[in-house]
Amino acid sequence: MDSLPSFFRINHPLAMRVFFYDKTFEGLLSAVFDAYSRKTFPDRLLGEGSIVPLFTEESHRVDTVEEKTRRVWTALEKKISAQACNILTHAWLSEETGCDELIFRYICKNIDSTVSIEMNFGDADVLKLFQTAKRVGHEGHYLRMFVRFQKAADDIFFAPVSPRYNALPLTVDHFRDRFSDQKWIIYDVKRHYGYYYDLQRVEEITLDDDVHLLGGKLDETMMAADEKMFQELWKGYFKAMTIKERINPRLQRQHMPKRFWKYLTEKQ
Amino acid sequence: MNEAVLEKLKVLAESAKYDVSCSSSGTVRKNKAGSLGNTVGGMGICHSFSEDGRCISLLKIMLTNNCIYDCAYCINRRSNDIRRATLSVQELVELTISFYRRNYIEGLFLSSGVVSSPDYTMERMVRVIKELRLTHRFNGYIHMKSIPGASRELINEAGLYADRMSVNLEIATEENLKLLAPEKNHGSIFEPMRYIQQGMLQHLEDRKRMRTVPRFVPAGQSTQMIVGATSETDKDILRISSLLYKRPSMKRVYYSGFIPVNSYDKRLPALTQAPLVRENRLYQADWLMRFYQFRADEIVDDQYPDLDLQIDPKLSWALRHPEMFPVDINRADYAAILRVPGIGVKSAKLIVTSRRFGRLNASQLKKMGIVMKKAQYFITCNELPMFTVNEATPDYLRKILSQPVKQKKEDGQLAIIFPD
Repeated sequence: MDSLPSFFRINHPLAMRVFFYDKTFEGLLSAVFDAYSRKTFPDRLLGEGSIVPLFTEESHRVDTVEEKTRRVWTALEKKISAQACNILTHAWLSEETGCDELIFRYICKNIDSTVSIEMNFGDADVLKLFQTAKRVGHEGHYLRMFVRFQKAADDIFFAPVSPRYNALPLTVDHFRDRFSDQKWIIYDVKRHYGYYYDLQRVEEITLDDDVHLLGGKLDETMMAADEKMFQELWKGYFKAMTIKERINPRLQRQHMPKRFWKYLTEKQ
Repeated sequence: MNEAVLEKLKVLAESAKYDVSCSSSGTVRKNKAGSLGNTVGGMGICHSFSEDGRCISLLKIMLTNNCIYDCAYCINRRSNDIRRATLSVQELVELTISFYRRNYIEGLFLSSGVVSSPDYTMERMVRVIKELRLTHRFNGYIHMKSIPGASRELINEAGLYADRMSVNLEIATEENLKLLAPEKNHGSIFEPMRYIQQGMLQHLEDRKRMRTVPRFVPAGQSTQMIVGATSETDKDILRISSLLYKRPSMKRVYYSGFIPVNSYDKRLPALTQAPLVRENRLYQADWLMRFYQFRADEIVDDQYPDLDLQIDPKLSWALRHPEMFPVDINRADYAAILRVPGIGVKSAKLIVTSRRFGRLNASQLKKMGIVMKKAQYFITCNELPMFTVNEATPDYLRKILSQPVKQKKEDGQLAIIFPD
């Protein structure tokens, strides 16, 4: 297909090049490597097994190889700042459709340019990636704000969450530092995984049965003896803090979106 | 911990809630082995928002709401008929730690009514935070109010355990303070402020020589002024704020729209509603001074002693100074771009970094998050605008950019309009 004269592609704007990859971040970096080594750049990046679009001129299956991934990442680290590398990984955690293609274009633009373009917010892709990363970062901040631990009978502090983006990994360091002398679990109910801290290290866990957590509340039989009382104290305090003359539910929802309410002790 | 504590907690929260300060920022302190908690610095963490939309970051509570003073603007004044309660040190410490472990709060905001004497009260408050820090190795955020008239020794001791301290100014001019709070004067308020600042600077200096010198009120101090209870103009208030911000330790001045907690006192205005718009405008003006390089006398002056309630202070300034506009986005310096209504600190920085790669046009600015509805009259970018503030006249812009008066929504029924 590479031998086709270039006017063929110009005359057929619908003809596409498609890369199939395994939908991991490592796979995406390998796809960048393949694109440069084959000198063909995909118009679409699709997951393995998805349907080949109409008018596909050329398709290629990316093998995720650690060596390729590492080389692309090292090249990036040399070219762009650590902050921009962070933006890339944050944006990846958004799990939004089309985000992989956005990251792909961002990497290619940086590699093709003589200087890093990470500060060129006039470029639509750079701006979009920055804004996506910011939203993910903010979701992480929401987690730091709205995680509510419930103390279980075995002295483990447990908190179910279901963030919009996969931002839980961004918050682990914060919680490990803050609650270093208590065991805790923060569990993403939507993505079926969580982190358990056992006073030594944090490990990723998956619970076999997490359906009962969807309500956001631990069963009362599993709670520690004084848990119920502290919840009541907190609810009482929360209510007393409201100034009646200033009631403004819209402002409350703006700062504390309703999607978090089912996990908030004071709102249950 | 039982029902009685719950009742006390409610009573004391009711008494403490009129204190506006909520921030938990300003100190970065990592966890130490064997202790509980850390502080994040930079942007603090709010943990909840009450139904009035105000954030709950710290456990804002009073040690006691008994008070020997009779300040007319305060809910806890001696002559007010409310329920009184006092928490024991043990109860307060346990509440703070248990709430903190559940991630309900970022730390403690400790305040108190004055019992028997300022020093007696202050000493009991210091005992609470000392117990938290030393016995329970609590490493979270602590904000402690300093009692007006407290002695230097106690403030110096409190400063070693608190992250932030505050003394509330409450009323911007001394004569009005005298009128409403006969037992207080500005001297008794500025004195503790000065002690805090001197302690802070002293410790900063000492720490340069020896790293083991403990930190002293690392997040600085804050204060609060009540708005709308007395006759001060916005000019008086902002002038005081700008003077306070000149002091190196003053991090925040809060403004609290007066809520009628005292319906019978003839010295106070009969308000039907708290002056919330005015309060909001004052905060906007405060931001202009802190982040937008405005001076207080640019925002309000003798000709306009009060802030415009219809439009925000930045737009109001721009309309009074049409000769400064239009600003060329692609050439003007950061300070000039920052003064354009509709462009904030973040967008101004985005513009300045991005224009090195090429000229910016209106659609790019829009995507960056600039409020073009306002900004379009004050800038030129790659396309030349035809209709800037100079052509449109400030009066006309004022009319179209004023916030619309809220109309009550009809309940689903379409109105049929008959011409008269």
